[in-house]
Amino acid sequence: MADNVIEARGLLKLYGSQRAVDAIDLDIHRGEIFGLLGPNGAGKTTTILMMLGLTEVSGGSIEVLGFNPVREPLEVKRRVGYLPDSVGFYDHMTARENLAYIARLLDIPRSQAGRRIMEALESVKLADVADKRVATFSRGMRQRLGIAEIVMKQAEIAILDEPTSGLDPHATFELLEMIRGLKRAGVAVLLSSHLLDRVQSVCDRVALFNKGKIALIGSVVQLANQVLGAGHPFLVEAQGTDIAAALRGIEGVRSVVPEGPQGDGGGAWRVTADRDVRAAAAQRIVSAGGSLTRLADLQPSLEEVYTRYFQEARHAA
Amino acid sequence: MPPSAVRRKGSPFTGLGPVFMKELSDHLSSARMMVLMLFVIVFGALPVGFSLQDLRNVVVSDPYLFLRIFTGAPERVGLSFVDALNFVIPLMAIGLGFDSINSEFNRRTLSRVLSQPLYRDALLLGKFLGGLTTLAVALVALWLIVLGAGLLLLGLPPRGVEVARGLGFLVVAIAYGGVWLAVAMLFSVIFRSTATSALCSLGLWLFFLILWPMIASAIVVGFAPAQITSVDQYVAIGELGLALERLSPNTLFREAVVGLLNPETRSLGFMLPMQMRGAIPGATLPLDQSLILIWPQLTGLVAGMIVVFAAAYIVFQREEVRA
Repeated sequence: MADNVIEARGLLKLYGSQRAVDAIDLDIHRGEIFGLLGPNGAGKTTTILMMLGLTEVSGGSIEVLGFNPVREPLEVKRRVGYLPDSVGFYDHMTARENLAYIARLLDIPRSQAGRRIMEALESVKLADVADKRVATFSRGMRQRLGIAEIVMKQAEIAILDEPTSGLDPHATFELLEMIRGLKRAGVAVLLSSHLLDRVQSVCDRVALFNKGKIALIGSVVQLANQVLGAGHPFLVEAQGTDIAAALRGIEGVRSVVPEGPQGDGGGAWRVTADRDVRAAAAQRIVSAGGSLTRLADLQPSLEEVYTRYFQEARHAA
Repeated sequence: MPPSAVRRKGSPFTGLGPVFMKELSDHLSSARMMVLMLFVIVFGALPVGFSLQDLRNVVVSDPYLFLRIFTGAPERVGLSFVDALNFVIPLMAIGLGFDSINSEFNRRTLSRVLSQPLYRDALLLGKFLGGLTTLAVALVALWLIVLGAGLLLLGLPPRGVEVARGLGFLVVAIAYGGVWLAVAMLFSVIFRSTATSALCSLGLWLFFLILWPMIASAIVVGFAPAQITSVDQYVAIGELGLALERLSPNTLFREAVVGLLNPETRSLGFMLPMQMRGAIPGATLPLDQSLILIWPQLTGLVAGMIVVFAAAYIVFQREEVRA
């Protein structure tokens, strides 16, 4: 496809005889947020390093913005911003000086550099500490400074390795907002993370890594359908009548599973249907004389997909 | 990017300038540099001060009076200025280089910097040149201080040829510092811990300073026949000892300095009495002859610097950047 920014075909990385990345195929589209998920040591960081030409490729091919990172790493690195896992800065220098050094490495003309640095710092809300030493920065501020570097670079692709690890919920929220900001600016974002519910909220598509292979790839809903089975799950809490029987009678309902302890004629059920039948379910319960206390759509959670997949993978092994 | 990989595009020197400038400004403004300068000044001031006092009492006319400031070993200290430099320069170079790569790794700045458009070549070379320039700045400053002190206290200006020899000495000193800077950087590439790399560099320096002369003479004793029967045998054994000692950069530096700053030096190797026939005792060599005399020593130092740097380069190219 023409608007793929990263294309990997049969990408392979060997450490000795161990296959750290085992012949993966991967396409990242322009302007999407793509999540790389998987346990530690599944090959996520190695894949990222190969995209940047920071580690050699053992086999297969990879193209980033039409360039080969092995042969033309400078062209790739000029256009791709990278925020490594637990990023570091020169502590004795200020935020502005740190970015100024990178600006010189990027060969940004001096006349533009000052303005671009300030704009980048403003976009991550660090403008007021621009002249403070990075040594005084919190972890969240450092991550934001890393994002500022990508903004200043005017990168076409941003690769973020575990950007939210070790951040408190507020800092995580802010960082994810900035990642969405990158997407709005037309940047393709590739991020790896363990915080699955957070990833779910920002990613357009995800790839699930397992032992160097991509086990699953697609949108969160697609993955859920593959792993958890297709259908629309929702939760019903009601009393007063034989709720389970009432629910089973609705067309399209495939399963009604009690969830939690069941009281006298009341309780909670997890219902899976072919399509969204919540309206029909509500009507049926009410007309059967029951009282409906809760009707919640169960979004397929990435965490569930992840846990279920690796349980099955372990069973299979 | 190993040699087996496909040919890469783009100049290996992209980004060299910014790296060099940053290293230079980091070094020059660092507290470590202040400490090292203090160290050099204390070690240098003592022999220079005493030898200046001695020289003021000299009555014999000496055409190379100024060079004696550098080489004179005053009795009260028992150590000349160049002797002091012989071990202060490695210490400075190691101090500047022992954490150049592994500190970037430990601060987790390495992968971020390497994800900018530059090759590892530029990073390593920029750091080396930055360190070497810092060293050169310090040595030139020191040299000027000594020269100025000499002018003030002796009250006579150095002759042109003395200045030229002094400049030659400066070049040799910078090359000598370069060898140790390259050694320190090699260890900083090999070891992830800065303490380990500092320890290894200092250990190697102590080895060459103290142990190597002993080992060299032990080897010579081992090779020497029980009874020396001819002059040729004697010379052969002596030259073996010299050759072994010259594997140490300290020896090369000392010999080169002696050749440059003592114009009377005619040979750095063995001289038999018959070779001295016809020589005027105490006569000095012209500058170009002294330069020819020390040329192998200077080349040896520069070659050593390049070889060690190349080794650091190869190790660095193969290193994984991930934690």
